[in-house]
Amino acid sequence: MKALLIARRELAGYLRSLSGYIIIAAILALNGLFFNAFALGKAAERSATVLSNFFYYSSGFTIVASVFISMRLLAEERQAGTLPLLYSSPLRDRDIVLGKYLAGLAFLAIYLACTIYMPLLVAVHGKVSAGHIFAGYLGLLLLGSASLAVGTFGSALARNQIMAAILTAVMLVGLILCWLLARIAEQPLAGVFSAMSLWNQHFPPFQGGLVHVRDVAYYLLLTYVALFGATRVLEARRWR
Amino acid sequence: MIQVEGLTKYYGEHAAIRDLAFTINKGEVIGFLGLNGAGKTTTLKVLGCVLLPTSGRVVIDGYDAVRDPHEVRKRIGFLPDTPPLYDEMTVGEYLAYVAQLRGVPASEARSRVTEAEEKTALRDMDGALISTLSHGYRQRVGVAQALVHRPAFLILDEPTSGLDPAQIRGMRELIRNLKGTHTVLVSSHILPEISETCDRLLIISGGQLVAQGTEEELARKLGGGTIEVDVRGDRTKALEVLAGLGPVTVAQEDGAFLSLRVEVSPDLRPKVAQALVGAGLELLRLDRGTQRLESIFLSLTRHGGASPREVAS
Repeated sequence: MKALLIARRELAGYLRSLSGYIIIAAILALNGLFFNAFALGKAAERSATVLSNFFYYSSGFTIVASVFISMRLLAEERQAGTLPLLYSSPLRDRDIVLGKYLAGLAFLAIYLACTIYMPLLVAVHGKVSAGHIFAGYLGLLLLGSASLAVGTFGSALARNQIMAAILTAVMLVGLILCWLLARIAEQPLAGVFSAMSLWNQHFPPFQGGLVHVRDVAYYLLLTYVALFGATRVLEARRWR
Repeated sequence: MIQVEGLTKYYGEHAAIRDLAFTINKGEVIGFLGLNGAGKTTTLKVLGCVLLPTSGRVVIDGYDAVRDPHEVRKRIGFLPDTPPLYDEMTVGEYLAYVAQLRGVPASEARSRVTEAEEKTALRDMDGALISTLSHGYRQRVGVAQALVHRPAFLILDEPTSGLDPAQIRGMRELIRNLKGTHTVLVSSHILPEISETCDRLLIISGGQLVAQGTEEELARKLGGGTIEVDVRGDRTKALEVLAGLGPVTVAQEDGAFLSLRVEVSPDLRPKVAQALVGAGLELLRLDRGTQRLESIFLSLTRHGGASPREVAS
């Protein structure tokens, strides 16, 4: 499977570069700070509430991490002039995109694994269900997967990594802000915008420990659409 | 065998190459010459299945590059104008990765890497990080990645660019050694760099093929070739002997020393030598006129295909 080969090289690239560790370290530090300052709260709170708060803040950091992780995926190949290597090898364009995306997902999973100490702290001092933790992390992974896919798309479009990050951020903020549109629009458009929103309707259930098929389907669909778009961008570039 | 027919590539309104047609036979080493911006890189990218042509056909071993790009890509090795290297990998890791990308099974990748490293004299650099390599070595790794999967057809885009004279010679030797095992298409904008290595030259200008053939053929078609000779001895005798073979011009004169240029095909070098020695003159140097070929190349490329068909036929 060529996609896995590409993913393995890409992941090794993350693990060897300083920037990969800097991204993880910086976001972990901020996530921990927010956990301490806000998620734990001033007054005594129920463990489930603290855990829900943790997932609330972590969702934001997961999106930010996705932007930074995905920006190099395809834009760096273009910057370094290595795309012709992939283009002239017997690969399908979708293998290239899938390999890149999977490497990003694996790296994001490493980041998420590093945050596990926070829910464990809650579990040590209080009472939380494993199901709640599982649902929350599933939500983070799905949200991250969709954000990474959008980032892969942005990275395919951009000429360099900075542009990729900016493009991705704009697209993700646009998707998040769909809920504002939903508030000012009338039905049935309001329903459409609300369903499209990256966070508003789809993430809170995970935060509270609920897994709805609807939300899982939304994130998977967004992942698919964005990766499909990235594949099309790569294909189109052969015509340029 | 590679067949190119009516190959055209537009970037927007601008045609980078127009109606290219040529054939490359198995085992040939072909030089692809043109000034910067003539369309060399575009042509090679299309042959390397990186870009799709606007129209025209590329057929490699019976497979069409547009309809069966997969089959074509398995048979080619491509070195783009900048070697596609990943700085954070070592030479060995990188080559193994490329080999597997191009369909070499993981179990065989290591032996193929060793083979490619031996061909390109990179064996000692196997464990070196690519980011630490000098330009010459990077270029060689670029060639190694193109041949690591043993492709039948190698496309090298300016492998000598930016190299010093010693490295250029090394690269030329490397390409010469590939002859026989691979069909090679190598581009350059400097004629003498590749003319000796190649069986045949394709000359492109303004996106069109303006001439093709061996160095001698080109020289003959474009107003014959020249032979340069340095002799010592009787001036009139020398001129007389050579005038019988072709038009002679005196390039330099210093007492009994004469540097002459005879406008005859370089194939006639033995005859010229015989005639001079037979007339009792001292033959100091005899060479084909490279200077002349260089100017032919320049005039061909400058006028951009005034009569391409005539020359190409």
